[in-house]
Amino acid sequence: MKQENNVSPLLIGQPVERMEDARFLSGSGLFVDDLERGGMWHAAILRSPIAHARILSLDASAALAMPGVHAVITAADLDGDVPVIPLRLAPLPAFEPFRQPVIARDKVRYVGEPVAIVVADSRAIAEDALERVEVEFDELSAVTGQGATADPLFEIAADNVSLRYDAGFGDADAAFAKADYVRTERFSVQRHTALPMETRGLLAEWDAAAGRLIVTGATKVTFYNRRALAKMMGLREQDIDLIEVDVGGGFGVRGEFYPEDFLIPFAARKLARPVKWIEDRREHLMAINHSRDVACELSIACRSDGMMLALRGKVFSDMGAYIRTNGGVVPAKAAQFLPGPYRIPNVSVSVEAFMTSKTPVGTYRGPGRFEANFFRERLIDMAALDLGIDVAEIRRKNLITEAELPYPIDGLVPYEGPTSYDTGDYLETFERTLLEIGWRDKQRLQGRLIDGVRHGIGLGCFVESGGAGPKENAVLTLEHDGSLTVAVGSSVLGQGLETVLGQIAADTLTIPFERIRVLHGSTTLVHEGFGTYHSRAVVMGGSAVLDGATKLREKILHQAAIHLGRPNTELTIANEHVVAANGASVSLAALAGAAVLSADGTFGNTTRTYSYGAHAAHVTVDPRTGRVEILDYVAVEDVGRAINPAIVHGQAIGAIVQGLGGVFLDHLIYDEQGQLLNASLADYLVPTASDYPMLRAVTLELRPSLTNPLGAKGAGEGGIVAVAAATANAVAAALAPLGVEIHHLPLTPPRLWRLIHDARARAHTAA
Amino acid sequence: MTRSRTVHLTVNGNPATLDAEPRVTLADALRGELRLTGTHLGCEHGVCGACTIIVDGAAMRSCLMLAVQAEGRDITTVEGLGDAAHLGPLQLAFRKHHALQCGFCTPGILTTAHALLLEEPDAGEERIREVISGNLCRCTGYLPIVAAIMEARTAYAGALAEAAQ
Repeated sequence: MKQENNVSPLLIGQPVERMEDARFLSGSGLFVDDLERGGMWHAAILRSPIAHARILSLDASAALAMPGVHAVITAADLDGDVPVIPLRLAPLPAFEPFRQPVIARDKVRYVGEPVAIVVADSRAIAEDALERVEVEFDELSAVTGQGATADPLFEIAADNVSLRYDAGFGDADAAFAKADYVRTERFSVQRHTALPMETRGLLAEWDAAAGRLIVTGATKVTFYNRRALAKMMGLREQDIDLIEVDVGGGFGVRGEFYPEDFLIPFAARKLARPVKWIEDRREHLMAINHSRDVACELSIACRSDGMMLALRGKVFSDMGAYIRTNGGVVPAKAAQFLPGPYRIPNVSVSVEAFMTSKTPVGTYRGPGRFEANFFRERLIDMAALDLGIDVAEIRRKNLITEAELPYPIDGLVPYEGPTSYDTGDYLETFERTLLEIGWRDKQRLQGRLIDGVRHGIGLGCFVESGGAGPKENAVLTLEHDGSLTVAVGSSVLGQGLETVLGQIAADTLTIPFERIRVLHGSTTLVHEGFGTYHSRAVVMGGSAVLDGATKLREKILHQAAIHLGRPNTELTIANEHVVAANGASVSLAALAGAAVLSADGTFGNTTRTYSYGAHAAHVTVDPRTGRVEILDYVAVEDVGRAINPAIVHGQAIGAIVQGLGGVFLDHLIYDEQGQLLNASLADYLVPTASDYPMLRAVTLELRPSLTNPLGAKGAGEGGIVAVAAATANAVAAALAPLGVEIHHLPLTPPRLWRLIHDARARAHTAA
Repeated sequence: MTRSRTVHLTVNGNPATLDAEPRVTLADALRGELRLTGTHLGCEHGVCGACTIIVDGAAMRSCLMLAVQAEGRDITTVEGLGDAAHLGPLQLAFRKHHALQCGFCTPGILTTAHALLLEEPDAGEERIREVISGNLCRCTGYLPIVAAIMEARTAYAGALAEAAQ
């Protein structure tokens, strides 16, 4: 057989078309609701219609009497032992009493809390039966804001506060006392959520004979969730398989351990039938983690020349009714990222997490960062205006220089050890952002009224952590047909990770990309996996694949050396063969047929890596209506190394648009009774194709990460974290001549109109 | 319980028969009975557009249509636009432009765009954006979707010209 001696092109760094696309484009993807099983029953969940109440009685007899209804499961079926959802992240002891039972027993604390599960022949019958379950509630006063209430949510917290802490470094008080300039403002970001297009769903199957449980529809942190489920079910971990199929978006909210992650497997075991549950959109909006909902009283101390001396931030976080798996990540990260990429020697933060009768809060893409950057960057603009310094110049002066890296930011999170901003050139990305937006020319437009609308250009800088440890695992196997299977503990939630991992394996092994299959997430694939969150999948999973591929390459060459009678050093892999310098060759398929060729890859790393960059927005605001239009938007980020630039770019653009939704549209609105008022997509607004067409993302590879062999930093969140900062600063700049200041999101037309109207009224009164 | 009715229709060029209770949506019938699971349900109340199919040439939300309303109709789902080994021009353009990430909203966007380009192969960027604004996507930010549809126009214009000859 003739061998062409061409070198396989390096795929890392190329915008390779995705291996997952053909199945998605042809409708042959496999999402959890696409699964059917013989004898499968369907579950629907009765959720509390009341924000805060005692449950007096529950009567399921009418529901049970309906044809096709097989069971109604309530807390009573758990023999008085209702499992509680564990804290996966930020496991602060103070949160323990506020964890969520998987089903309400005596009390409900938010609209949407599970009270009963109906299992029936079809989803329609199960939903019909929900209406026949009679629950008598003794309504208590809803807790819709910060502070003590007549009926506290939890007996142990009369003030509804679950956690308070102080943290910091330097001596902020002393710095504030002697500063030339100080300013304090209060800001807030509204409650919203990620809204993946696929709602959640699970299919649980119990094999009574084998004592095994299979749960399909799992994702994100399947191994952790299996551990939690095993404890709750009284099973051994190895008797449970969590299976990941195609996932319609995650963005932080999907794949955490929710009540249903216990309730559906419990129902399947109890009834000895496959049970499927698919969340509908209304219940999704009241059941999946909400996020953001953080307020901050932020103070800055500067010298008169704009050099920052100190920052003091009081973070107030509405956690909703329970502390779920994400613990205190949202407020803790909002506090930690307050100083951002700036050289601020004295920082003091405090966190107050309080409970309300609303859906529990968890992480959503850029948790805490979106908020912190908005708070800080707004206050920097205010300070610059007060001090008569250009808003670009004040940032330039205070951004941490490359010479100062690594820059320690220890002590801002009580449950985390020391950490440092690693590599980077923060000024370079900032200057690039100014260049891209055309800052020099556009400055003259600030606040100008042209054709009835006011122009504003805003800036926002950020630093963003990613790549959290502890480790990740991969198994690479050369199949008998010479193709390669890559199995990894990382989860895929639609980002294109299969392709990225395939590129890494293809380059390392010089096996054609088309001959690689990537399996992911399921607990059956590797002995231990750590999942996909905190922009870690490429850093950790990618590095594990790299390690496994390197080891497999050695094994393949070793086997080929025996076969060909030539030393390893004379062998290369090309065109699905191992070729010796003398021209002799053996196919990969033949080698795989002769011996098991498989290698375990692993990558351990406990050091975080920090991506960074800046965003700039050019907007117009119509003062007659409060409507904002984005004329230009640019996000610049250094991701260290982009394995697939098209995928990284897609992450950035998608994240910017999600962020703009968070600035202008997304808002979970509750009334005084704790009712969620907009639990439908007709009322909960997210961006559409016509909203924000003028966006650009620039991905740079200036400074590779030193924490991993790929040099990659996280790339999924940098696109969102500075959107509120830059956009709100642009809107504020546009409206500055009217005396309007921006403190609170979302920037809806009515809110902006009200601010403009009030500012005019004030000006009128003053005149 | 209400009795099922038999519905005769054409799906992706082939005759098909459904047995559906009157309250069953067309989306559920296509997914459940015909196992055409490419049509996805994102909201079940007609907003997100993921379940969009083409009924007698017009893009429709299959979650807002009852199966029994499909009697005698000619229906195209995403599976009718080309299979994984033989992707059609829109599908190829989507792959090239990275116009999908998780792929959940994609079938509804492809069918919407297909119906648009069959009628208006010269649709401008603004028009494409307007039409696609009825489909929610949370991953891509829409820019690559619009770019992909723009690129696919030539293939549709070519097919139209061929048909006219």
